Amino acid sequence: MRNIFTIAWKELKSIFISPIAYAVALAIFLVMGIIFYANILNAVVQQVAPPIQIVLGPLVTLMLFTVPAITMRTVAEEQRTGTLELLLTAPVRDWEVVIGKWLGAVVFIIIVLLATWVYPIILNNIVDPGIDQGLLVSGYLGVFLLTMAFLAIGVAVSSFFSNQIAAFFATLGVFLVLWMISYPSQAMGAMGGDLLKYLDMSEHFYSTFYRGIVELKDVIYYISMTAFALFLGSMSVETRRWR
Amino acid sequence: MIRVTGLTKDYGSRRAIHDLDFNARKGEILGFLGPNGAGKTTTMRILTGYMPPTSGTATIGGFDIIENSLDVRRITGYMPETVPLYVDMTVSEYLLYMARLRHIKNADERVKKVLDMVELGDRANGYIGNLSKGMRQRVGLGQALIHEPEVLILDEPTIGLDPAQVVNFRNLIKDIGKDRTVILSTHILPEAQQVCDRVMIINKGRIVAEDTPEMLQARLTGSQRVTLQVRGDGRGLPELLSQIPGVLHVVDKDGGSYEFETLPGQDCRPQVARTVVDHGYDLLLLQPVNLSLEEIFLQLTRDESSAADAMPELNSMLEAK
Ligand SMILES: Nc1ncnc2c1ncn2[C@@H]1O[C@H](COP(=O)(O)OP(=O)(O)O)[C@@H](O)[C@H]1O
Ligand SMILES: [Mg+2]
Repeated sequence: MRNIFTIAWKELKSIFISPIAYAVALAIFLVMGIIFYANILNAVVQQVAPPIQIVLGPLVTLMLFTVPAITMRTVAEEQRTGTLELLLTAPVRDWEVVIGKWLGAVVFIIIVLLATWVYPIILNNIVDPGIDQGLLVSGYLGVFLLTMAFLAIGVAVSSFFSNQIAAFFATLGVFLVLWMISYPSQAMGAMGGDLLKYLDMSEHFYSTFYRGIVELKDVIYYISMTAFALFLGSMSVETRRWR
Repeated sequence: MIRVTGLTKDYGSRRAIHDLDFNARKGEILGFLGPNGAGKTTTMRILTGYMPPTSGTATIGGFDIIENSLDVRRITGYMPETVPLYVDMTVSEYLLYMARLRHIKNADERVKKVLDMVELGDRANGYIGNLSKGMRQRVGLGQALIHEPEVLILDEPTIGLDPAQVVNFRNLIKDIGKDRTVILSTHILPEAQQVCDRVMIINKGRIVAEDTPEMLQARLTGSQRVTLQVRGDGRGLPELLSQIPGVLHVVDKDGGSYEFETLPGQDCRPQVARTVVDHGYDLLLLQPVNLSLEEIFLQLTRDESSAADAMPELNSMLEAK
């Protein structure tokens, strides 16, 4: 546990001094700001709160593209520069390295997500009936769980590479596949279709959290995805030693 | 302290080290001497738990490197060949991180102490990325020492340093090695000679010799080389010498100087002296030539070109002759 926190803290610090983190944060606030601005004029004029989905939808899409940029360097860069050799010859377990790196990224994203919360808060103050707080909280919970799983997958993919650009595109590729895997489900039979639907990461968000519904099965889905990805990442680091 | 038995490592179908057997006693500085590609780094990476061997075992401080890898890593400090460091951290930040990973109590104090040991106190708050090569080596050594390890494994610690730094760094290692077991790899012979209590010569993944620097020299001079000088040009002397039992390879060095080798364990100097004098030459000098470790090394590896490639300084030395 202690090692995980030590590694997470170091990871968080290096995310904060990397220009990529600022580019990611800037991109998120800029895009969110523009969307917000476009909608807020409407809200002020009509005195109706726009649906909170105007924040949640773009936020999730932004995560899809920015998480790979955060996680791409986690393991790949240490592999490239060789610092992984010292980390893996310290008395630290491989899974502690992977979980520590993931946790550091999670903390960074939580900070960014909390910062985007200002948009709904402002929105709430401008319009009179206010926005649906339940919807807001469930939506953010969904975004958070989804992002946790994204980050775990990102760290796992990064552990297969020693080039961060390759890790970025591979991660993005994996995300897009997991995001759209249910598209052919209609064409498939009941069994295959259901399976694809279950695997699809967007299904578990858009059909529930996005609409203000919190269902245990979705929470379990994202947590299992996270755990599975972290497990794969640890295996990958371990097999690195055999290569 | 360190026991290695039958250690073998294959990279794909290529065997990097073959069946290595050696021990390192507590408190000794063991040198790992060999040209590039000999398998030094591979062996060290296996010992430090970075990668597993293909076959064979090793124990450090009684812990098996595979079964008790974490215990081995706890008592071992390691400085990898290229000294990979986080360039975006300051020296003290980095050492503190390594100290935390090793659960050191009073980590801050320990970091200060290590900074003093490696003489980096004045750069503690500088970014590693801005340090010179020599300073980075010191940071690398510092992190290897942070937990006061019983065993220190240093992979070519002086590579890339300028001559003044090299001398300094070797003294530092000798000093640190006084009260712990050190394995140090190098492809520089004088380094092994100066720093190590015992030297193991490794070539193409096999140990070809293992002894103290002095004994290695003695063992190889078992087949002695002798210089002989007579007044005049000593015409006909080579033929004469070759007839003496035990004398081999007579070489004419010009100006009445000759060099020959003797069969191992035979000192033929008395016969040579008598023969030379009996045949009317004026004997001026008859002296064994001590092989330097450099020459031992060349003898052992045989493959001169690769050995010379591995040792630029030797190369230039040979050219200078
Ligand atoms: N990761 C690797 N993959 C494949 N071959 C390797 C790898 N590392 C080293 N080798 C090969 O193993 C041999 C020993 O290398 P190494 O242990 O680095 O030698 P040294 O440290 O003595 O220079 C060399 O022939 C080298 O090419
Ligand atoms: Mg090497």
